[in-house]
Amino acid sequence: MTSNFPPAALLILGALLVPFFKGKARNWYVIFLPAAAFYVVSQLDMGSSWQVHFFGFDLTFLRVDKLSKVFGYIFTLNAFAAFVYAFYLKDNTQHMAALFYIGSALGVVFAGDLVSLYFFWEVMAVASTFLILARKTKKAQAAGMRYVLVHIFGGLCLLAGLVLYITHTGSVAFNTITDRNWGTYLILIGFLINAAAPPIHAWLPDAYPEATVAGGVILSAYTTKTAVYTLIRGFPGWEILIVIGCIMTIYGIIYALLENDMRRILAYSIINQVGFMVTGVGIGTMMSLNGAAAHAFCHIIYKALLWMSAGSVLYMTGKSKCTELGGLYKTMPWTLIFGGVGALAISAVPWTSGFTSKSLIIDGAVHQHMVWVWLVLEIASAGVFLHAGIKFPYFVFFAKDKGLRPGETNMGMLLAMGFMAFLCIFIGCYPKPLYQILPYPVHYQAYTYNHVVSQMQLLMLSALVFFLFLKLLKRTDTISIDTDWFYRMGGRLFYWVIDKSLNGINAVCDRVFVGGLAPALGRLSRHAPEILTLGVMLPLWSAAGAKGRALERKVEKTRAALATGSAPVGISAAVATIFLMVVFLLM
Amino acid sequence: MKPKKEFDYFDRPETIKKLWVLLYATCALTVVLELFMHKHPHFGFDGFFAFHAILGFVACAVLILFSKAIGLVLKVKEDYYDK
Repeated sequence: MTSNFPPAALLILGALLVPFFKGKARNWYVIFLPAAAFYVVSQLDMGSSWQVHFFGFDLTFLRVDKLSKVFGYIFTLNAFAAFVYAFYLKDNTQHMAALFYIGSALGVVFAGDLVSLYFFWEVMAVASTFLILARKTKKAQAAGMRYVLVHIFGGLCLLAGLVLYITHTGSVAFNTITDRNWGTYLILIGFLINAAAPPIHAWLPDAYPEATVAGGVILSAYTTKTAVYTLIRGFPGWEILIVIGCIMTIYGIIYALLENDMRRILAYSIINQVGFMVTGVGIGTMMSLNGAAAHAFCHIIYKALLWMSAGSVLYMTGKSKCTELGGLYKTMPWTLIFGGVGALAISAVPWTSGFTSKSLIIDGAVHQHMVWVWLVLEIASAGVFLHAGIKFPYFVFFAKDKGLRPGETNMGMLLAMGFMAFLCIFIGCYPKPLYQILPYPVHYQAYTYNHVVSQMQLLMLSALVFFLFLKLLKRTDTISIDTDWFYRMGGRLFYWVIDKSLNGINAVCDRVFVGGLAPALGRLSRHAPEILTLGVMLPLWSAAGAKGRALERKVEKTRAALATGSAPVGISAAVATIFLMVVFLLM
Repeated sequence: MKPKKEFDYFDRPETIKKLWVLLYATCALTVVLELFMHKHPHFGFDGFFAFHAILGFVACAVLILFSKAIGLVLKVKEDYYDK
């Protein structure tokens, strides 16, 4: 069938042709690829195809159902907008890395088996690293290295889990996992590392803010949302995910409130948002799984939009710290307006996309009578408005004017942002098309009078608290210690402990043996003949009547004779004889 | 020709004053609108008047104070890892 072409292949093979294009043709080409991939996704028939028998495994490269399709749509749609945004870019490395990355993310989403899923999973990790390294700063190089090491660790967890799981079940098919054993827990850990679940989440706020301007936009969408897809597919209804998800929502807010770098604020906000999705997967009802998928869909759009607006500011000013930014509404009004729409959408303000998707998850918790989960999600919703909805735009575009007059950003960036902002509002006002492509049938009405009023109460009072507590939120030129401390400072701590313990022992040994005992022994051996001789002779001389000056002279003479080795042979022989006799007698 | 005057509407004290009034008014409005609700609270306590307003206020205040407190320990200088 011609219509069933794997969209992953389109992007990955397409990436190989990028170097053959020059100038703006290259930019048009990379915009065309995801647009074509979007069309290909829309034409896919339900069912499995592209099945290959490989080393005894039945691999399925194209398994199409509603769940994989909804992620396919948003991955290609976002890629299209991201490449429009990156129209200014003249960097083959970034274009190719992005296409490999997005292509393999599509590969994961459409993989019907765990072996090909693992293959694409690893390609994603490697390709995405280049979007960080391409920033070409020392910080980015180091962050990129840490990023790829954490993902290699996550990949190994996943691989170990897959080996156990496949030998246990005898099948490589990737469907809902119900067994609970070491194998499935390792797979879950592997997926959760990519979802940036604490404690192994710090790779995200460590690395993403160091990525290039366009790289950050692309990174924000795929790794975590691919992980959300795998969780929806493999682990729906695993209660542990509710706990992890709830922790993520609050964790992200606390750190986002502490952060100074605008892109790091947005990075922590990804953890917060993915927390909502993970909770939805943990609840595991049709409604909440729909919610997780819908929220991933909407989140990719508004989070990319927020990264785009932060990226424009970074691109135009070269700065990303809140302490160095402010007052940009005067010169970058369009970036502010589009970024503001993203900020409203992430906060789930009515008539923006977040409102229509997050409500599915929260009401999913209500329907299951999970009072604590519901309460945490409501608190987290209020917190989102605080850190991403107000803090980010306020400190970047308003607050104190830092005298920056960069001017508005380029047309490509504005068009991409405008497109995403339109989608945020469109889905917010007219969620039906989104609801129709969700994995399960939706019978839900987000816009009830009660729902809108209570949401507005929650948000407006949050806004009030922000401005009342503004003094407490004053930005400081700091970073915050997170769990990456253990692998960034752990090495140094190990060095310090080893240094202090082993080198301490070394120093003590040096002082006792080299500095103390050895010279003492040396002195003793050097003076032994003198001590022995004088020990024997002094009583003899005294007995012989030598006194005062005469005695002193005798002692000096003996010392000189021993020091120069010029003692009369006769005396030496006599001493030796006496010594031998003493030894003989003692034995 | 005189240079075009910069758009500085949001820097003016009178604007900021207006925005404060607007903020308080909107908060009050959302609470007033609750009077016209036909409530069917799911958990019972969520039927309390202005529940979401109180929740939003308290939650955000606690989040800010908590992060401020924890920041005393967690916040370090920019070059912390470079030393």
